[in-house]
Amino acid sequence: MRVVVWLVEGTWPACVDAVRTHAPRATEVVLLHVSEPGVPGLAHGAFAGLLGRGHAERDPGNRLEDLGARSAARLLDAAAERLGRPCTRQERAGRTEREVVAAAEGADLLVVARDGDRARLGPHSLGRAGRFVVDHAPCPVLLIWPEATPAVTTIPPPPAHSPDPPHHPRPPHS
Amino acid sequence: MVRPFGWPEAVVAAPAALLVIATGAISWDHAGAEAGHLGPVIGFLAAVLVLAKFCDDEGLFHACGAWMARWAAGRPGRLLTAVFALASAITAVLSLDATIVLLTPVVFATAARMGARPKPHVYACTHLSNTASLLLPVSNLTNLLAFTASGLSFTRFAALMVLPWLVAIGAEYVVFRRFFAGDLAAAVPEPTAGEPPELPLFALVTVGCTLAGFVVASALGVDPAWSAAAGALVLAVRALMRGRATPLTVLRAAAPAFLVFVLALGIVVRAVVDNGLSDALGHLLPDGSSLPALLGIAALAAVLANLINNLPAVLVLLPLAATSGSGAVLAVLLGVNIGPNLTYAGSLATLLWRRIVQEHDHGVDLREFTRLGLIAVPAALVPAVLALWFSLRVIGG
Repeated sequence: MRVVVWLVEGTWPACVDAVRTHAPRATEVVLLHVSEPGVPGLAHGAFAGLLGRGHAERDPGNRLEDLGARSAARLLDAAAERLGRPCTRQERAGRTEREVVAAAEGADLLVVARDGDRARLGPHSLGRAGRFVVDHAPCPVLLIWPEATPAVTTIPPPPAHSPDPPHHPRPPHS
Repeated sequence: MVRPFGWPEAVVAAPAALLVIATGAISWDHAGAEAGHLGPVIGFLAAVLVLAKFCDDEGLFHACGAWMARWAAGRPGRLLTAVFALASAITAVLSLDATIVLLTPVVFATAARMGARPKPHVYACTHLSNTASLLLPVSNLTNLLAFTASGLSFTRFAALMVLPWLVAIGAEYVVFRRFFAGDLAAAVPEPTAGEPPELPLFALVTVGCTLAGFVVASALGVDPAWSAAAGALVLAVRALMRGRATPLTVLRAAAPAFLVFVLALGIVVRAVVDNGLSDALGHLLPDGSSLPALLGIAALAAVLANLINNLPAVLVLLPLAATSGSGAVLAVLLGVNIGPNLTYAGSLATLLWRRIVQEHDHGVDLREFTRLGLIAVPAALVPAVLALWFSLRVIGG
């Protein structure tokens, strides 16, 4: 059983723990981290906006790229140590959600932490990247709450004067 | 005008300036007047650049990282607050260059070390380098240009701009907390206390004295550039005496190619303005300093900054706005300083040029960038103009 674990800053420990709890019989664990080149790109853009400052060696985006690579390696090391069993580390660069989907191809399980508003149950608990990954994952997905799971009471009550829930007629062939 | 094939922009701008002079597009008199007018501004700018560079060498920005980490105590929301406070202060005092070139890497490293997602914090640096550059004449080259055109004293400039500065930063803060709520909610795995910051006392005292010098100089009617020069000299001499710098590094810190570029750009823009642009824009630019006029001026300045970059925009608009008084000049500044947050790389001109010379956009999500800009720029600009109008009523232009 090949398990791919998508690790994100802040929420990754819960994903590693989920592998130990929910997939103890995994034969192969891939720890995946995706670096968004967009963050150093912001610094490149800000520097380009400063007209006339000259040489590119002062461009802060280059330093961000170095720092980003180092911090990604540190995160994967910490995750591997927390997992405490043999695993492979995979660092990818690009659009996060696309890279995660590509990395999950052929996997038996993808572990994903919710990346939106985690104070209440509901669709907003998935951010843009998380939503894309859940919708497009080419394998089963284990979707976890990285912190305490919100109570069921966080679901708002139905509107007071609403009619019955809309009834969708099923297509005849299903 | 953006680094064709890695050259400094001055390589293009200086021959262009000579060309407009040689072809008679601008008279010798006008070119000379423009150079005479820009000379002191450029000197002031060089002093501030040297000051920021040696503050970095003294460990000021390293200490900023340690302060931010301690204040944040492992919480990304608190880190954002710390980034807002420090980026605003650094931009105001040591100019936007210092925030972009020196503070941004420190902020990124601090977020990464904490285990926080760096994006909101790096975005905050880029936005605040523009929005928080309203306060003092030294905060932005656009301000230095407007400062000399407005005829305001250093302290009066700061007094009129302090309220717009605070309002604009506050608006950005509210927008950021909401826009990046998801990223900021992610708890940090294992908050580390971090080493206690070492206080870069010498640099802080020098910067403090330089600021006090601005106030004293403007009270005595002396050019405040001398205070910046004195501060830069103190830090540079200290670095030279300790063997941490050579005369060449001091010269490099002053960015001579950049200074030549500013001078050349000033002459080229003056030629364009003299040859019809001032008439064309003169019809568009509202007169006076009523609230609708100030809003119109700021909006036009913001649009122009997003088209051609804020430095040319301010050079074009200043002579036109100056006839309406200092209120109009400061409204131009609000537009050209806050406006560039709307477009990646500051303007469409820079963006197009980057495409032409095939510099990658490095995977920046331009939709997200623009969405944030479309919310943040009006949210900061409109209240800032209101605040300026109020300050002008209370303090007087």
